[in-house]
Amino acid sequence: MSDRDGAVPAADLDPAVVARIRELRTLYPLARSAVLPALWAVQDRIGYLPAWSEEVVGRELGLLPADVAAVASFYSMYFGRPVGRHVIQVCQNVSCALRGADDLLDHLRGWLGVDGEGESPDGAFSLEGTVECLGACGGGPMMQVDRYSYESLTPERAEAILTEIRETNPEGPVGG
Amino acid sequence: MAEELVLTRHQGKPGLTTIEGYRKVGGYAALRRAIEMGAEAVIAEVKASGLRGRGGAAFPTGTKWGFLPQGVFPRYLAVNADESEPGCFKDRVLIEEYPHQLLEGVLIAAYALQASHAFIYIRGEYRLQREILEAATREVYAAGMAGRKILGTDWDCELIVHGGAGAYICGEETALLDSLEGRRGQPRLKPPFPAIKGLYGQPTVVNNVETLSNLPYIVTEGGAAYAALGTEGSPGTRLFCVSGHVERPGTFEVPMGRTSFRDLLGLAGGVWRGRQFKAMQPGGGSMQVLGPQHLDVPLDFKAVADAGSALGAGALVVMDETTCLVDVATRLVDFYRHESCGKCVPCREGTYFESELMHRLEEGRASREELATLADICAGMDGRCFCPLGDTATWFVMSAYRMFTQEFEDHCGAGHCPVRSRVGAAA
Ligand SMILES: Cc1cc2nc3c(=O)[nH]c(=O)nc-3n(C[C@H](O)[C@H](O)[C@H](O)COP(=O)(O)O)c2cc1C
Repeated sequence: MSDRDGAVPAADLDPAVVARIRELRTLYPLARSAVLPALWAVQDRIGYLPAWSEEVVGRELGLLPADVAAVASFYSMYFGRPVGRHVIQVCQNVSCALRGADDLLDHLRGWLGVDGEGESPDGAFSLEGTVECLGACGGGPMMQVDRYSYESLTPERAEAILTEIRETNPEGPVGG
Repeated sequence: MAEELVLTRHQGKPGLTTIEGYRKVGGYAALRRAIEMGAEAVIAEVKASGLRGRGGAAFPTGTKWGFLPQGVFPRYLAVNADESEPGCFKDRVLIEEYPHQLLEGVLIAAYALQASHAFIYIRGEYRLQREILEAATREVYAAGMAGRKILGTDWDCELIVHGGAGAYICGEETALLDSLEGRRGQPRLKPPFPAIKGLYGQPTVVNNVETLSNLPYIVTEGGAAYAALGTEGSPGTRLFCVSGHVERPGTFEVPMGRTSFRDLLGLAGGVWRGRQFKAMQPGGGSMQVLGPQHLDVPLDFKAVADAGSALGAGALVVMDETTCLVDVATRLVDFYRHESCGKCVPCREGTYFESELMHRLEEGRASREELATLADICAGMDGRCFCPLGDTATWFVMSAYRMFTQEFEDHCGAGHCPVRSRVGAAA
């Protein structure tokens, strides 16, 4: 499950993920409510949502794949394409901007070797482009890495945090 | 301040994130008490407390609960933990530090409403907070306070933590319900209101995390005691989020009505770096800007409305003398453009044109005539959108234009941002 080039076959989906989706289905009065958690279950395992995930989720929840796709595409946190092993978001909303978020973002772009947004050349990180308020306004500027928050950052502290993440978890959070 | 507190009254006590630690400070006694009192009596206490929703709209909680039609079951409780309003991070603090206080509040509400399920809808970016809530929920089940025959009664209620996936609009209560039903998160037409036809078409109450976190106190101490902490029009206390150009950003619980913006600024250590205060935005990204002349306005619903803004979701973003209000407005407009769900045209198209124009203005490339166009675009949106997202996308920018007209005009044709170049030259 380490193939990051978009070619993870459906047959390779961990049976535990399917079992989890079946369990999620029973939690709700209507199976359809399990769509978002089911998509999370797939993405948490594979790192993104391959096209077949709509079929798998649809089959388990009794929905058409197109219906699942329509839902998935609405939400910005589901990735339709493979991404770097760790995903970075730097909040650019007002409270963080007032405390230097633009400088932090510019610095990280240079350090990661990312032009605007996208993957770092070594594939370790993906830097997200448009990022909205992440609910850490008291600790601006801040970033999230793999959806965990790191606050009150200076460029140096951010570099140190990312270096540690890259070294202690080189495979990424996925599949573990 | 030696004021009596509600939400943060156990601050500093050890182990509050575990059921054991929370029980040591009397936790879950209020749930037992609520069950002894009976649902009707709990609703009466909540009405007496005067508690108004902390999610932004400030609707009286007891009144909302009273809208549920008699005898229609199943009923649902949806807990709004989507907290995505720029400048707001209080629900996050309440979840991280007092997860069991929230869950006790959720169970008290679910009992009072006789709900069969309580869903906690938490934004996808709150991963740690979700893990904390899931762990606390497991403890609650293990203690027999969720699931079947809760605490030996005939009442069954499932407690489910449900993660969102990145959409500000899912904080709007009907969009939240659509998202919870596994759909694109777009607002529904109201009426019918969720209390009549909500989740799966059944009676549903949607309440904010902070709103519900007040319930253990209200049940224990009584609605009147809660109300007395604030003032008549603004009962109780509130957890305000102070951010931006202050020395010590953070959350501060203060009694409503008897505290002013200046007091709150003082709690956060005042404007940072010895600089001058320029402007503030109360309520979160949606609300109107206020100036130095408003610092002594009390944190009271009516007083803030009279000043031309609102307490919204309880944020306060402070801006010092170096801040460019056009830049701030541009970021907020970008936020709404990004978060517009696309359901209605005035919002979807309006936020696009607003944002394009604001970027040109901030870069000094807009003409004076375009300021009139900006006002036109906003007039075409405010009050004409399907839900408040599109309306509020105009409030900060138009209020900033009115209060800082000169600053907006100075940008026209300047070829650059005049505030930034001035500040840059002075530094
Ligand atoms: C665009 C938009 C976003 C909202 N976001 C939130 C939110 O993140 N959290 C919240 O509690 N309420 C939010 N609200 C308010 C909810 O619609 C609703 O009024 C609230 O959850 C009711 O709970 P309360 O009565 O306890 O405040 C939002 C409203 C709008 C229009």
